[in-house]
Amino acid sequence: MGATFETIVFGVLAMFIIVMSVLTVTTGRIVRSATYLLFVLLGTAGLYFLLGYTFLGSVQIMVYAGGVVVLYVFSILLTSGAGDKAQKARRSRLFAGLVTSVAGAALVLFITMTHHFVPATGNEIPVETGINNIGRMMIGSGKYEYILPFEAVSIFLLACIVGALLIARKR
Amino acid sequence: MEYTIFILILPFLSFLFLGLAGKWMSHRAAGLVGTLTLGAVAAMSYLTAFLYFTAPRLADGTFATLIPVNFEWLPFTSTLSIDMGVLLDPISVMMLIVISTVSLMVHIYSFGYMKGERGFQRYYSFLSLFSMSMLGLVLATNIFQMYVYWELVGVSSYLLIGFFYTRPAAIAASKKAFIVTRFADLGFLIGILVYSYYGGTFSFHPDSSMLMAGGAAMMPLALGLMFIGGAGKSAMFPLHIWLPDAMEGPTPVSALIHAATMVVAGVYLVARMFPLFIVYAPGVLHIVAYVGAFTAFFAASIACVQSDIKRVLAFSTISQIGFMMVALGVCTSLDPNLGGLGYMASMFHLFTHAMFKSLLFLCAGCIIEQVHSNEMSAMGGLRKYMPVTHIAFLIACLAISGIPPFSGFFSKDEILTASFNFSPIMGWVMAIIAGMTAFYMFRIYFGIFWGTENKELHEKLHPHENPLTMTIPLVILAGITCVAGFIPFGQFISSNGQAYHIDIELSTALTSIIIGVVSIALAIFMYMRPTQPVADSLARKFKELYTAAYHRFYVDEVYQFITHRIIFGCISTPIAWIDRHIIDGLLNFSAWSAYATSDSIRSLQSGRVQQYAFVFLLGALALILLLIL
Amino acid sequence: MMINIECYLVVSTIMMFAGIYGFFTRHNMLAMLISVELMLNATDINFAVFNRFLFPAMKEGYFFSLFSIAISAAETAIAIAIMINIYRNVRSIQTKDIEDMKW
Repeated sequence: MGATFETIVFGVLAMFIIVMSVLTVTTGRIVRSATYLLFVLLGTAGLYFLLGYTFLGSVQIMVYAGGVVVLYVFSILLTSGAGDKAQKARRSRLFAGLVTSVAGAALVLFITMTHHFVPATGNEIPVETGINNIGRMMIGSGKYEYILPFEAVSIFLLACIVGALLIARKR
Repeated sequence: MEYTIFILILPFLSFLFLGLAGKWMSHRAAGLVGTLTLGAVAAMSYLTAFLYFTAPRLADGTFATLIPVNFEWLPFTSTLSIDMGVLLDPISVMMLIVISTVSLMVHIYSFGYMKGERGFQRYYSFLSLFSMSMLGLVLATNIFQMYVYWELVGVSSYLLIGFFYTRPAAIAASKKAFIVTRFADLGFLIGILVYSYYGGTFSFHPDSSMLMAGGAAMMPLALGLMFIGGAGKSAMFPLHIWLPDAMEGPTPVSALIHAATMVVAGVYLVARMFPLFIVYAPGVLHIVAYVGAFTAFFAASIACVQSDIKRVLAFSTISQIGFMMVALGVCTSLDPNLGGLGYMASMFHLFTHAMFKSLLFLCAGCIIEQVHSNEMSAMGGLRKYMPVTHIAFLIACLAISGIPPFSGFFSKDEILTASFNFSPIMGWVMAIIAGMTAFYMFRIYFGIFWGTENKELHEKLHPHENPLTMTIPLVILAGITCVAGFIPFGQFISSNGQAYHIDIELSTALTSIIIGVVSIALAIFMYMRPTQPVADSLARKFKELYTAAYHRFYVDEVYQFITHRIIFGCISTPIAWIDRHIIDGLLNFSAWSAYATSDSIRSLQSGRVQQYAFVFLLGALALILLLIL
Repeated sequence: MMINIECYLVVSTIMMFAGIYGFFTRHNMLAMLISVELMLNATDINFAVFNRFLFPAMKEGYFFSLFSIAISAAETAIAIAIMINIYRNVRSIQTKDIEDMKW
């Protein structure tokens, strides 16, 4: 029964994400595009929840949906002028992009479908990983512990803050 | 005798000093630096000669060959290396004396002759360079060192011929001299390479084991090629064309380089390789003799009709060098008593010729300085105005004509004896050429000092005796010319190194004296009087011959034809066309096609990220396709 | 019916190629950036999914996604800063207007 519920939830989420993704890139207005992106990101977070990765999902919501999209909206508002409405792309270019993307998607889907994945056994029940556990893994230095990337990302973020300030500041 | 290295170093330093600092020196100071250096060199040369020839002989009666200084310069293999050093043996010591004496005389003489000329310091620095290179050439311990100095000598000759670089004729002459000798030096260089490859060494004594292993068969080739180099330097037919033109240089330079020292380098080269010639290439030695004889005759016949006194002297020089070559070429043995006499005779003639020919040139310089012309028409009757020059010139003429007791008699007599020993025909040919020598020398002697006086010109110029700096060298050289014949030359230099006593063979001596006297008498008969009816009628009678000889038998024209018509016209022009149209065309085409290709594909580099990403994706998809198929 | 790994991968693939399509066709740089975000998000999903289904005992893909989110946030910040700067200079963030940069 649970599996069936999950299946339904997954189907709804998948449809939602696919439709929103396509809308994101096809809509003419940039603000709408950002909004659709927000929905996609939220849907993705839903997928994470479905997989049992609740922390990842919440990070997704907080960082992406909460941070990045807000940033987008602000910058859209800052930069939007006459170019708010996207210009009509040349038909041939649109067509080429469409064909290539569809062909690529078909190719990759073909590979995905024909490839025989070997799932690990006992994956029916999502294993919830505690935040406590995740925190320890994040700052541990043993095997499967990630202090080095953690620190690297910390410094990277700092550098980004400084860089963004430097680039965007008024002269 | 380690100090002998300074014989080379001192003139080189003088060259550097005068060349670099001469600009800020007065003429007098520059001249003094050069002359004093040369004086020191001459003093050292005389000391060397004295010490060398008074040292006790070795057990086999030869003088020891000394190498007081030697160092390895370029090692090629463990056995083959180019050395630099100083080699003392009888002929190199003899050459030391010749070069340093003539060079010193020329240095002193140039004080007067070059007085007030522009580039006086440059002139002296070049003279120092020349002296250094020439001394280095004769003192070379191996054939390659000799070649290096050989080229240096060529360069200094080039610089000095073209000293008056504002005169187009001088520039053309210097280029001609350089190119012709350079062309001949190619033969020399190939000869050296063949020699060192098959002889296993650059030294004058090839490795006997290499010669045993088939190297001996290549020696005639190597020596023949070397002789081509020597023929170029010594102006042997047909490479003689540069020497008459080289007279465009200052006259003291002609005396030093183109009469006494550099032009005998070819003779010296053959003499240096003489033991090898005798043993391995007697056939080549005969070629040397025939080339020398022909050149001697050819040049003498041209000298008989030239009117430019320096040209006459130049052809006379060619002719006399031909004598030396003949003397070397007629040798058939290393023993002077058994057909090796020519070696000694050649060196003896080289020595005496250097003295009297430089004397002749210096006299000619005195005359030219006074009448401002090389042409005999501007002269005549000069004996009244220039007594010292007159006497000196006469002595030199008598010497070159082979009249005893002047030095030329003794050396020429030995050459004739050697030639008669070789074959009577060669002997008679050389005797006749000796007669021609006497004839043309007295022809110009009378043309200059007697004959018709060019009163008009002389009244304007007032010819008079030159200053002491110019006449003293004349007197010294005339003195040497008078006494040099009595030097017991055979005691010092002979083909096998042992003492050889020169005894004058009466019949040969009488023959040569008679021929000389008859020729002089003929010259007196034809040219002494103010008008020359006999000479003119002869010239009319043999008009073609006279014209041909006057134009030096058109050898220059033949060269001109070969170079311009055949080489330039038939070979260079098509090659130039190919170069311009096909080679350049290919390059232009490749440049154009690169341009066109890049122009057509440069739109790919649009700078649009989206386009790049699109292509990138296409590529990635293609790769994926490749992988799964 | 089981939700197996392919289902998730289909979703992420479509999201990915939607992003690619957007990247090719949009003229607004912000829109292009949004497309890039889509692509990044698709890969994040893939990592998480692979981790969950193939190697559930470990957390490699999980953490990779986590860091990827952090880095994409940073990238967005920088990219937007650049765009704002460009906008200040050329008064537009249309791609055709800033092609001059290539010269």
